[in-house]
Amino acid sequence: MLPGSQLMEIVALSLKVSVTAVLLAALIGIPLGALLAIRRFPGRTTLTVLVNALMGLPPVVVGLGLYLLLSRSGPLGVLQLLYTPTAMIIAQTILVTPVIASFSQQIFSDLHHEYDEMLRAMRASRWQTVLTLIHEARHALITAILAGLGRALSEIGAVMIVGGNINHATRVMTTAIALETSKGNLRLAVSLGLILLALSFAINLALHFLRSRLERAAHA
Amino acid sequence: MRLPALPAVLFVLLLPLAALAGKNEIILQSTTSTQNSGLYEYLLPLLERDTGLRVKVVAVGTGQALKNARNCDGDVVLVHARDAEEKFVADEYGLKRNDVMYNDFILIGPEDDPAGVREARDITEALQRIAAARAPFASRGDDSGTHRKELRLWKAAGLDPGAAREGWYRETGSGMGATLNIAAGMGAYALTDRATWISFANREGLAILHEGDPALFNQYGVIAVNPAHCPGMNIKGAETFITWLLSDKGQKAIASYRLKGQQLFFPNAHPVLPGNGG
Repeated sequence: MLPGSQLMEIVALSLKVSVTAVLLAALIGIPLGALLAIRRFPGRTTLTVLVNALMGLPPVVVGLGLYLLLSRSGPLGVLQLLYTPTAMIIAQTILVTPVIASFSQQIFSDLHHEYDEMLRAMRASRWQTVLTLIHEARHALITAILAGLGRALSEIGAVMIVGGNINHATRVMTTAIALETSKGNLRLAVSLGLILLALSFAINLALHFLRSRLERAAHA
Repeated sequence: MRLPALPAVLFVLLLPLAALAGKNEIILQSTTSTQNSGLYEYLLPLLERDTGLRVKVVAVGTGQALKNARNCDGDVVLVHARDAEEKFVADEYGLKRNDVMYNDFILIGPEDDPAGVREARDITEALQRIAAARAPFASRGDDSGTHRKELRLWKAAGLDPGAAREGWYRETGSGMGATLNIAAGMGAYALTDRATWISFANREGLAILHEGDPALFNQYGVIAVNPAHCPGMNIKGAETFITWLLSDKGQKAIASYRLKGQQLFFPNAHPVLPGNGG
């Protein structure tokens, strides 16, 4: 029904799209979270509320908005990104960034309270403060990244619209599951779901061990 | 760790851009019925072997396929709603429309047939019986070719259950397979194309209850997107695709696709095609 090579292709694309999106979202979301936690500036509360609210952004809305932008008749149509993995990465980056930013903000504010006095006593510069906090937060940030990866891997609304579920090009685990369900191949659809679950479990397990090793090293 | 990752990520992001330039491939906007039946998985490798052309299929409802093509997000459409296709051409979004193949629609429903549509003389009477019995009916409700056909059939039967907000008439707003899953789940009647039905694996007590009425004819047409409307589209690829599909070779390939021993699509690009087996 679904040859092994094709299954590998779909799993690989799912991982490529979601992991890339999560890395990009971390690059944006972690500094954004740190900024919101540490600096005081006008509009900070509004921005914080906005970022938190965007955690609940429906993927299908992101997909639709991105479709309108990337469509050949849209403002970014010349880039020819619609129906490519790149479009899917952009969509998931948009979905994951608020999750990572919100988690990071919480992590950084907790740490900031804890270290504020000490850093002040040491007359640390702003950059030194941020770097110290990121260093101290690195274990907790893994949780933020995992939450983001969970959102990315399980999402279907956005990748279906901007990817198009094209065989050998943009078909990922979730869109393949939807397709097999619509063919009435419920057994195959469930098997694919279990593989997705196992994949998510394996990633979480690996990062859990990484985290505890980091923690042990830190306390040694 | 963060900074060195950036160039790598950008590289990955820009790869598809480089790959796209000058590639011999087209995007085909098509219907869920043709994809779910496995036709493209059979046909496209044959096409690629003959012409070297790669075809990426986006499978949505006919209405959405035509809209996407209108936005220039495809090079060819292969759909099944003749009036909408002809309007697409008349509005100059597409070039010439060609017949490709046909099969038929069928009325499926619970095996015990509470509305008694098995005894109906034609599809009009069958629908009237469903309405009279207020038996659950699952409609696509998504402006697909099948949905348009269904609406025309209700109209011919002198009924408009959607506008009347009848409780037994359920608009799923989903693809054909998803609608069949829903019909199976609630023991509803539904109109489906035969190809999707044959390939559908979750029948759960559903059966074909009415078929064979000439009004249930299901014609598929192919149209190249108009390069005057979409300057960036791959007209050469689109022409290669259509020429192959309408050639004896392409038509024979369509006729030779079988699932569970049954032919799903009958080529009719030419009124009489000698030796096509269908």
